[in-house]
Amino acid sequence: MNVQAQPAAPAFDVERVRRDFPILRVQVNGQPLAYLDNAASAQRPQSVIDAELRYYAETHANVHRGVHTLSQRATDAYEGARDKVRRFINAASTREIVFVRGTTEAINLVAQSYGRPRLAPGDEILITWLEHHANIVPWQLLCEQTGAVLKVAPIDERGEVDLAAYERLLSPRTRIVAIAHVSNSLGTVLPVARMIALARFRDAVVLLDGAQAVPHMRVDVQALDCDFYAFSGHKMYAPTGIGVLYGREGLLDSMPPWQGGGDMILTVSFEKTTYNALPHKFEAGTPNIAGVVGLGAAVDYLEGLGSGLGLEAAAAYEHALLEHASRALAAVPGVRLIGTAREKSALVAFVLDGVHAHDLGTILDAEGIAIRTGHHCAMPVMDFFQVPATARASFCFYNTHAEVERLVAAVRRTREVFA
Amino acid sequence: MDLRDLYRDVIVDHNRNPRNFGRLQPADAHAEGVNPLCGDRLDLYINLSGDRLTDLRFEGKGCAISVASASLMTEALKGRTQAEAKRLFEEVHDLLTRHDFTPGMELGKLAALSGVREFPVRVKCASLCWHALNAALANQSQPVSTE
Repeated sequence: MNVQAQPAAPAFDVERVRRDFPILRVQVNGQPLAYLDNAASAQRPQSVIDAELRYYAETHANVHRGVHTLSQRATDAYEGARDKVRRFINAASTREIVFVRGTTEAINLVAQSYGRPRLAPGDEILITWLEHHANIVPWQLLCEQTGAVLKVAPIDERGEVDLAAYERLLSPRTRIVAIAHVSNSLGTVLPVARMIALARFRDAVVLLDGAQAVPHMRVDVQALDCDFYAFSGHKMYAPTGIGVLYGREGLLDSMPPWQGGGDMILTVSFEKTTYNALPHKFEAGTPNIAGVVGLGAAVDYLEGLGSGLGLEAAAAYEHALLEHASRALAAVPGVRLIGTAREKSALVAFVLDGVHAHDLGTILDAEGIAIRTGHHCAMPVMDFFQVPATARASFCFYNTHAEVERLVAAVRRTREVFA
Repeated sequence: MDLRDLYRDVIVDHNRNPRNFGRLQPADAHAEGVNPLCGDRLDLYINLSGDRLTDLRFEGKGCAISVASASLMTEALKGRTQAEAKRLFEEVHDLLTRHDFTPGMELGKLAALSGVREFPVRVKCASLCWHALNAALANQSQPVSTE
């Protein structure tokens, strides 16, 4: 192992952080787990697991309903978590924080509730070539329903959005701009500040898909000046099945409900139903209360309230892992990195000459190394780079430089199997 | 879990040098197989003389298991009747999925795929070409998927 090749580690106690994540002690195929599939779903710290457990063991009842003590406690836990999320992304009000199942549901909500009543034939929706299927298909459905047209801003060989082309594609007919904050397949960090400013000039409403951004960087929705921001809990160390739609209050207020049911109404009669105030108007039915409580605990963890982690220190450490992995993998004969944007999150996508990504994934798995292989729900990106699939190692703050070395050594050995 | 059981020499060889790779034009039967999870895709072409499969070719992209499986299949089926092909399909199905299955003589080199059953997520890679075979012989125009 070449110790010299490792970048100087910033002051970050990874071993301390690792102790917070019980799953990292699991053995896979007789080897210690190296979990490098964080972009698909991250793991949970004990504090998140405990928060959910404690909620069920001590607090659970339905929210916003009963006068009894537990219902009030459950409501406090649920609404308390909403305020944690509001502070975490610096939204102006908890009325702007809508709990949904995940990023996918958040985008569908905006497409159907904001887009469907407003868009007319010939109106345009602008996305980029980098989008996850969850930020493509809901807009295609909306186009079919309304006669609107989907426009796609191209990318270049590095996997960066062609900003000049993006600007040209913005037109007086552009009504919605929906873009990834960070690409899930390549790790590209998009220049969203500039892209939002350009969209503002056209008076288009902007949605950011923040699923890959929120776990790794400080997100401030007011500083970004976006209209909608969508993200998932399970990629930010919170439970599965919970996510957040941030929406500007004025916009959410003007939108019709997206699902009907309990909790989203004020009064119901067969003649006329009046809707509840924000954000409850968009939360029909009994919500994922335990998931929200877990999400609140994950926010606490990222803010450093548990172990002194802190999102900023973690981001610097993740960047060192990215540099290390990019340099070491690029040095392996036959490896081609896919996506070499100048600004990237801690994710390396690559192909190995003569070896399909799926075979690579199986061989790495035998060594306890978990990576994602396939099209990463971004088939247009695969088409652009003319590869059927890539291998993707995605890192987070509990990964180590030793795990990067294990990955690189295993990729070298894979080549030998197929040589 | 032993990787040498999955990537046997026969598999590695047929992946590197797939037999009967290419297309038949015109072909009496054709089907496309896709495995959306891994992005595997193959086209299978068959020429028939009466009930007999006289020639088979395939092309496409896929992992070593799917390419080697298709290569081995085209070798094994050349000259067989449709009924024989169906029987072989059943044999391969058992080979890939049943731990208590002992491959008989008729499987020949296809027995090299037996290691796949230790890797459940890879079964669909090995079976993709066989599903394409069924679709081609049933004259289906829709691509078949192993998802």
